This record gives sequence, structure tokens and C-alpha cells, in this order.
Amino acid sequence: MLSFLDTLVQGVLLGGLYALFALGQSLLFGVMRLTNTAHGDFIILSAFVAWSLAVVTGSPWLALIVLLPLAFAGGYLLQRLVLNGTIGKDPMRSLVVTFGLAIVIQNVLQQIYTADPRSIDSGGLNTATFQLAEGFSIGALPLLIFAAALALTVGLQLLFDRTDLGRAFRAVSDDREAAELMGLDHRHVYALATGIAFLVVAFAGTLHGMKTTVSATDGPSLLLYAFEAVIIGGMGSFYGTLVGGMLLGVTQDIGFRIDPGWGIWTGHVVFLGALLLRPSGLFPRTR
Amino acid sequence: MTAAFTVSRATRASRIGGAVAAVLVLWLSTFPWWADPGWMREFEEMSCYLIFALMWNLLAGYGGMVSIGQQAFVGLGGYALLVLGNHLHVNPFLAVPLAMVATLALAVPVSFIAFRLQGGYFAIGTWVIAEVFRISIANISTVGGGSGTSLTALRGISRSTREAATFWLCLAGATAAVAAVYGFLRSREGLALLALRDSETAAESQGVDVTRTKRAVYLIAAAGAGLAGALYFLGNLRISPDAAFTVNWSAFAIFIVVVGGVGTLEGTLVGVALFYLLNKLFSDYGTWYLVGLGLLAVVVTLKFPAGLWGFVSRRFDLHFFPVHRRLIPPERDRACAT
Repeated sequence: MLSFLDTLVQGVLLGGLYALFALGQSLLFGVMRLTNTAHGDFIILSAFVAWSLAVVTGSPWLALIVLLPLAFAGGYLLQRLVLNGTIGKDPMRSLVVTFGLAIVIQNVLQQIYTADPRSIDSGGLNTATFQLAEGFSIGALPLLIFAAALALTVGLQLLFDRTDLGRAFRAVSDDREAAELMGLDHRHVYALATGIAFLVVAFAGTLHGMKTTVSATDGPSLLLYAFEAVIIGGMGSFYGTLVGGMLLGVTQDIGFRIDPGWGIWTGHVVFLGALLLRPSGLFPRTR
Repeated sequence: MTAAFTVSRATRASRIGGAVAAVLVLWLSTFPWWADPGWMREFEEMSCYLIFALMWNLLAGYGGMVSIGQQAFVGLGGYALLVLGNHLHVNPFLAVPLAMVATLALAVPVSFIAFRLQGGYFAIGTWVIAEVFRISIANISTVGGGSGTSLTALRGISRSTREAATFWLCLAGATAAVAAVYGFLRSREGLALLALRDSETAAESQGVDVTRTKRAVYLIAAAGAGLAGALYFLGNLRISPDAAFTVNWSAFAIFIVVVGGVGTLEGTLVGVALFYLLNKLFSDYGTWYLVGLGLLAVVVTLKFPAGLWGFVSRRFDLHFFPVHRRLIPPERDRACAT
């Protein structure tokens, strides 16, 4: 019983990390239906930049504070200068451009940081645990990551539902031409959305780099987890994405306990099963 | 008297091109008697990329189904060859077409899952499917597990026989793939596909069965990828899950098709030739070479969406593999026009 509870709790905490990976992608899906195939690579890129900043500043938190404005500016400019030109009915252009960027990021990282995996020094936070019972403890960092995922989910949902910017996001998503007639510049609105998505990416990358080791070619598997969380949860709902991430985390954790070789496989298969049974996800929002 | 308009698809370039292609295939088929085994090996690899890229172009460029998961069928084709040859003791060369058929059969249920998704979601969903196959096979120890295994079925076949047979199979496979895609695009179903790509709603209103046509394309593309996989690992003599199901297959196909010219047959051929040249000249640069390929794909997509062949064909009105019907005015009108 305790081991079952342990699996569940660890799975949910892992799911918090996956939700963190997925929230940025969820925002881009919601606002402009853009599939960014380099999403995982941008998370890894921010982990490496955070690693370098942490070496310079001596603290992962200072590194994150420096990284956040850089990430926002990077996301804004990427959308404004490159991705805006690829959005349209045909998914080919945006998929090819982001896939090309993914390959560029992976290989540039490999060139600069070599193929060795590395981890951001969290000052002992990654090994600190709370002992809840005999053989059942919770890591401080996974708990912090989960809290961050929860806070960002609520924050993004409130931003989307309650603010002027959120209304602009919903407007360009529903009907771009009509939104333009109301005085919105969709190129600017899209770029703001990507800037905000990249803030989440910066959080995800830094915390992921503190929790475990990252290497230059990890991006694609992060992309797949993020994508699965978004689809399981239902497109367009941040709460859905959080639940989707947790479901994926629990499923993988159960799989890992049965046989370490099949953990990720179990996650993928449950995702495909969910797709067959409920193609629109658990909490679909029509926007 | 009303002069009749005629409809034609053949162009002067297509007639000359067809003749040149036939001579080229005949010339290539003599390679095993005189050519350097190194050249033959390079040709075999490139013909696998050509087959795979042709199928990716059919699926994404004509069918509008952009997939990053076609490597699933490369791997399945390769492993089908392994199981047929090593475990069922089928002649390994005969096993190549059988592996293609096996891949086609496996693609039928897969299509029902993949078709739950559209657009960008389809692209990444197919990638997840490929990962499921990779991890599954990496966990099956009878086919070598994670580290892979050798094609022991080829034991006892003399080296020269093996090299010649592999070469001819690759040449035949590549020729058949070009002919099959060309034939499909000129057929009734091909016309339906072209209509679909331009407007799904309009095509449907003209009686095109959208799902049936898309599924047919998906299955043809899967079978072709399976053939590419079987041929690749027949020449490679060794297979592992990481090599068989690597996303690099999709990355190279995207590069070849996009830079060559998406949605044209000639574009894929030009793309493969360019890919071969770049590989030959720059692959020693390792990571920077891959950075260059990625950047080139990005720049071409943004600035030259028609690709290299699209530029040439528009500039000079050249069509070696014409798929479109052209209206030719009657003789008298043409005389007036000139």
C-alpha cells in the first residue's frame, strides 16, 4: 500500500515537471495553433544557458532571474522575425522551420558544451528530502517544481481568462481578421504569446537542469512528453495540460516500477490509447 | 469547322527525360561487373534515401500529411527483413519484397491511430508511434535487444554475389519507387490527391473520398519506407533499434524534399543529388555540417518555398515528370499566335 502511494506521489511530482515542459507549448497551440517541434530543444537550450549563468553568478536563482528577460526577448524576436512568416493553413512551413531550428540548436549545443551531460548546481537542494514515513520520502526539488507548475498553470489560465492581453490572445485565436479590425496587430500579439511561452520554457529548463543532468540531444524526448501532456489534457486548457502532465508522470512511474525498460513506453502507449478513446482530450476547450 | 483542342501531359523534356532515365538505369545496372564496390555502396545508400524521400514527398508534399515518424516503417522494414531471414530462413534477397509487404500490413492498424490527429499534431503523434516501436524492439532480446544484431542470413553467400544482388535490388527498388509515385500521381487516385491538397472541401464535394485517398497514400508511403529500410539494412549487414528508428531518416527526407522542391518528383531527385554532394564535401565537419543542413532547410522554406527545382522549372518551364494536364490549342490558332 505504501509503495503504491509512493508510486502515485512520485508520479504526480514527475508530472509537475512534464506540465512545466508542456505549458509553453499549450499556450502556442491555444493562441496560434503552432506546433513548435523545437520546443524541447529550447528547454534544453535554456538549461544550458542557465548552467553557464549559474557558473558566472554562483547561484541558480540569480541565473534564472537573468535568464527570464533574455528568454522573453528571444521568444518575442523568434516569433516576430521567423515564425510569423510560417503560420498558415499548411502546417508544412512551420514544422520544417522549427524542425530545422531543432537540429541547429542540438548541434550548436553539442559543439559548445560537448556531448557530456551536465547538471546545474542547486546547492544541495536536489538531494534534500522530507521523510514522511519509513521508505517514503518526498524530494524538496520535485516538490518545488510541482509548486512552480501549479502556480504557472493558474497564472497562465488567469492571464488568458481575465486580462486584456488574454482577451487579445483569445481574439486572434478565434478570428484573426476580426481581431485586426478591432485594432490588434496579430504579429505583435503572437510574438507576445511566444515571449510568455519562453518565460515558462526558461523556468522549465532551469528547474529540469537542477533536478537532473541534461545533454544536448535530450530535446526531442522532452518535446514528446510535452506534446503528450497537452493532447491528453485537451487542447486550449492549461488546467488540462497540468492534469495531462500528471497522468503521464504517474503512468511512466508505474511502468518504470514494473520494468525500467518499459517506463517511457508505457507513457507513450497510454497516450496513444487516450487518443483512440478520447481524441479531443480530457478537458477540451473550444476556442 | 471547329478545330479540336487536345489535352497532353507529355512535354519534349519528359520524352527526352524518359529516354535518358532508361539509358541511365541500363548503364547503372552494369555496375556490378566493373565498378568500385565503394561507389556501389554509396549508390545503395542514396537509393534508400531517395526511396524514403520520394515517399515522404508523396505523403507530405502531395498528401498534406507532414510526418516526423516515417522512420517507424524504415525500422519495421529492416526488422521484418531480419526476422524473415534470420529466424524464418527465407532467402534474404527474396525477404526484401516480403518485408515491404509485412510493413504495409503493420501500417494498416497504425493508420487508424495516426489519423486521429491532424496537421502539426499528426507530425508529432507519428513520431510517438515510431518511438513506441523503437522501445518495443529494444526490449525484445530475440532480435538483439537494444544493441542490435547482424544479418546472419547472409552467411554462406559469396561476397561478390551479395554485393551484386544488393546493388540490383537497390537499383530496382529506386526505379520502381520513382515509377510507382509517378504512376500513382497520374492515376485517378492521384488526381483526387492533388485536388485534396488544394482544397479538401471542394474535392469532397466532387466525390473524392478524403479518408480513403489519404489512407491509400499513407499506406503506399509506409510500404515504400519499409522497402527503404529492408534495402538499407541488407546493405548494412547489421541493424539496431537506434539506427533503424532514428528521427534522422525524417530529418534527411525533410531536407531533401524541401531544398529540392516540395511537391514535385524532380525536386526529390535534385534534393538527393544535392544531399549526396553536401555529404561528400562537408560531412567531415560533423556538427557544423548538420547545423548547415538545418539552416539551409530553414532559409529555403522561408525565402524559396518552391525549392531548387521549383525555381528552375518555373524559370525554364521544364517538366521531366509532368503530372498536370496541359491544354494544347489546335494547329490553326497556334499558327495565328506565332
